[in-house]
Amino acid sequence: MLIKTKILLYLAGIAALLTLTRCFYSDKQNEGERLYTQNCANCHMDDGSGLRNLIPPLAGADYLENHRDDLACIIQHGQTGNIVVNGKNYNQGMPGFEHLNAGQITNILNYVQTNFGNNNPRFSIQEVEKQLFKCRHLLEH
Amino acid sequence: MERNNLRTFLSALLLGLLALSWQACSQNTAETSDLPYLGERQLVQREVDGQQVTDTVYHRIPDFAFINQDSQVVTSLTVQDKVYVTDFFFTTCPTICPKMKSQMIRIYEAFEDDPRVMLLSHTIDPQHDTVAVLRDYADRLQVNSDKWHFVTGEKDSIYSIALQYMVSAMEDEEEPGGFVHSGAFVLVDQNRHVRGIYDGTDPAQVDRLIRDIPTLLPKKKKKDADKN
Ligand code: HEC
Repeated sequence: MLIKTKILLYLAGIAALLTLTRCFYSDKQNEGERLYTQNCANCHMDDGSGLRNLIPPLAGADYLENHRDDLACIIQHGQTGNIVVNGKNYNQGMPGFEHLNAGQITNILNYVQTNFGNNNPRFSIQEVEKQLFKCRHLLEH
Repeated sequence: MERNNLRTFLSALLLGLLALSWQACSQNTAETSDLPYLGERQLVQREVDGQQVTDTVYHRIPDFAFINQDSQVVTSLTVQDKVYVTDFFFTTCPTICPKMKSQMIRIYEAFEDDPRVMLLSHTIDPQHDTVAVLRDYADRLQVNSDKWHFVTGEKDSIYSIALQYMVSAMEDEEEPGGFVHSGAFVLVDQNRHVRGIYDGTDPAQVDRLIRDIPTLLPKKKKKDADKN
């Protein structure tokens, strides 16, 4: 009898822990997805495919690997001028998202890095903060 | 008893099948049914053989003239006898435009080989979106200018024709990119009557638009023969 209760308690504990971590994890995942849908999907599309030669893809984009160190600043401050993604030229200009903070940018980037068939290393918030520090002079006051 | 059961089962089955086919049929008729005429209509009285007859005059897109990505003039004559889908956008639009364009590409591809269907996209930022800018935009979308015209013109004429299509478009400094505009796709028939307005950012509505277009096209002879 006593042993049974103990086992039950253990099981309940494990279950609670599992749900908690899952919530925690999927919350962040969800925030990345939500922010992506709100801010990026209009241009890069829900599946990250981009738009012909106008908007570069995020799905399978070599740019994400070759320019990993610039990604946080691109999101915060936008990008202009010609860039090459998977061998194609793009030159449409992307607006910046000054209202997003480092945590939000981290979540968006991790969503991009691990979805649309991408399997790139994730970002830590420290790494994103370090990148943003380099381009802080671009912030509007 | 057993027999009775079987009979009930069979008649139930039959009923079910009937209901199903009924549904399939009514869906069929819905697909070829006439689309509404949108916009204000006027009743006009006239006399025929001494009798008073009332005609309904539907809202009609007035004559227009704009310039496309090839510097060609696009007028109401260009769309004469065509079914066309039109929208309003600008190339530097930070919000819904790319989504609208990705949906418009679906319509383009669905009717690529049908010269009876055309697409007409108006820029609402003619100051920035010159012919050269539109040319580059169309090139990057890899679409053919006979089928899909990107037009620019006098700002006032563009904004006033937008009203005729029942689409909102205007300058607003508060808005991202400096303009408010709707993501509407407007379906216009051969007589320049508006027959449908769809949300160009919603794939399901664009599916419906792609299904609605053929109902406006003249039936092929063969199809008619099949029917009789
Ligand atoms: C208004 C359309 C638009 C929006 C919104 C937008 N982008 Fe972009 N993005 C572009 C364009 C256009 C480029 C290419 C810029 C250039 O030509 O210099 C680009 C480039 C990029 C690149 C580098 C190239 C590549 O494909 O890897 C990344 C990464 C990126 N965007 C991510 C994002 C993220 C994340 C968001 C949302 C926070 C976002 N973009 C929102 C249009 C947009």
